[in-house]
Amino acid sequence: MEQQTHINKSQFEHKWYPNIKYLLVGVFFGILFVKSEVISWFRIQEMFRLQSFHMYGIIGSAVLVGIVSVWLIKKFNVKTIHGEPIHISPKTFHKGQIYGGLLFGFGWALTGACPGPLFAQIGTGATVIIVTLLSAIAGTWVYGYFKDRLPH
Amino acid sequence: MEGPVMLTFLQQPWPWYIAGPLIGLTVPALLILGNKTFGISSSLRHICASCIPANISYFKYDWKNEAWNLFFVFGIFLGGLITAQLFTDPNPVEVAPALAEELAGYGIVDYDNLVPEDILNWQSLFTLKGFFLMVVGGFLVGFGTRYAGGCTSGHAIMGLSNLQWPSLIATVCFMIGGFILANLILPLILSL
Repeated sequence: MEQQTHINKSQFEHKWYPNIKYLLVGVFFGILFVKSEVISWFRIQEMFRLQSFHMYGIIGSAVLVGIVSVWLIKKFNVKTIHGEPIHISPKTFHKGQIYGGLLFGFGWALTGACPGPLFAQIGTGATVIIVTLLSAIAGTWVYGYFKDRLPH
Repeated sequence: MEGPVMLTFLQQPWPWYIAGPLIGLTVPALLILGNKTFGISSSLRHICASCIPANISYFKYDWKNEAWNLFFVFGIFLGGLITAQLFTDPNPVEVAPALAEELAGYGIVDYDNLVPEDILNWQSLFTLKGFFLMVVGGFLVGFGTRYAGGCTSGHAIMGLSNLQWPSLIATVCFMIGGFILANLILPLILSL
């Protein structure tokens, strides 16, 4: 009986409530996205025309902070708030990173947005970007459909 | 005194050296909160898996285990909403003069929003130009990121933070694709 209660409680905890913290990180991130103009179509065009350092500064400093953070986590064996060891899966190379990378680059320059900024752009009131997002979901679905027939 | 100064700061665009490091901190934040690796384009896969799996093996997995990612992107949407409501920049978006000059040639003169109203709006959606920019562009974002196994967040930030060379290759290809499209193909599309 006691065990049963425990299982119920545990299941509830693992369902949706703990995910609120990721929603909050997302809110913080969305505000950052807008205020840093990462979601700006104009900023993306400047980046691909080498007309401004802004985007390079953002991505570069974000990567630098990321590298130092991951290094510190590994060096000091930092655990999650639940006490689990932190694990980061390595990325394995396949040709998709080249073909898919180029295709995403095309899409990035056209829409002026990578997937994250699409959500923030809709939030700022650019409702037509819902269509861009739906199209991106369609693109993801078509990739899933043809995955086995594509070179990897 | 402090109130207005703070509000002015919140309203202005933030410089890269403040925003960049804060974006980088998302990497350890997600790892420490629950062993989550930073990545946004996966959310599009989870949406497919939850809504339209269609018996495709790529979408047959327990997407509920990845629900955190959907909460995360919903948060990004809310963040955009909050910023637009509370800390709107009253000034027009500043862009490099060379870009403004080029865009003026295509009739893009509205700098009220980060998303240019002149080309990305509901009316232009039904023109060839708008179709390329929004529908084709969006499709390439979804198809390309999944094919590459990640986007700017998963490869360029998370992957490079973990010193993964496949992520470096992906990031270089993102940039090559963007350079080709923005400089060689976009002028043709904007002229439509």
